[in-house]
Amino acid sequence: MTPLQGCLLVSALLFAIGLAGAVTRRNAILALVGIELMLNAANLNFIAFWRYGPNPEALSGMMVVIFSIAIAAAEAAVGLALIIAIYRHFRTVNLDEINKLKG
Amino acid sequence: MSLPFIIIAVVTLFAAAAAMSLRNLVHCALSLIVALAGLAALYLALDAQFVGFAQILVYVGAVAILIVFAVLLTRSDAPPNQVILSPGWGVGIVVSAVVFAALGWAVLNSTGLPREMPPAPVATVKNIGDLLMTQYVLPLEVIGLLLTAALIGAVIIAMKEDPQKSSSSRRESAPSEKIERTDPALRDCYEDGNGGHI
Repeated sequence: MTPLQGCLLVSALLFAIGLAGAVTRRNAILALVGIELMLNAANLNFIAFWRYGPNPEALSGMMVVIFSIAIAAAEAAVGLALIIAIYRHFRTVNLDEINKLKG
Repeated sequence: MSLPFIIIAVVTLFAAAAAMSLRNLVHCALSLIVALAGLAALYLALDAQFVGFAQILVYVGAVAILIVFAVLLTRSDAPPNQVILSPGWGVGIVVSAVVFAALGWAVLNSTGLPREMPPAPVATVKNIGDLLMTQYVLPLEVIGLLLTAALIGAVIIAMKEDPQKSSSSRRESAPSEKIERTDPALRDCYEDGNGGHI
């Protein structure tokens, strides 16, 4: 197994862990945490391909990761604000009990 | 693969699994911090210093604190021994195992991947700043606009109050303003008596 394959396997396992958490946990905050883990797995892939790719001097993978981190921060802020608004409305963050679109 | 890489990867993966499986939400948030710091260490091991420190600043410094705040603000009074998994959790586990199997099979069987690590590239902050100000200046501006809009939107979504509740609180706060304007000594009494209320 080459080092690049090791990185990619770690990232795939991290993605699978995040996916499992996002779809199985009942708490909305932990679903968001799972999504964050999946985004980070994608970032690790970008960095690994940038480092082992043929032209690392162009820094393109690094740029993608910097922008992706910024987008993930915006996503976390909006997601947590939505969760707080939902909690104020339903008095719960249990995803199985939040089953009405028209409150 | 070097030994430090394997150690960091194992710590990161265990912390991520703990963040997704523990019962106490605060423990989950702390495990998430360990996992994100481990990812930053992986970036450092891959010669991406700037991204590693940006990861620590943004994720460990900001996102984890946001998550802890959300945990604090959404505390429920449900009994502590509830099930933490959705009813269909078996399907979710199977789906993610299939996803991992597919990704792992693709990674292990692809032939075009580079085998050797090229010499470490020069990725100083100066180079990154140059690129951000020349070639990537339009994405940078767009990201700035997106972040501003997202943060304003987040504040507006989270600050929304019921109209009845805000009007009643305005009525409550009106007498205290009157006292403040009339008599400073009386205002002190008011603040002492109802300090928690204001």
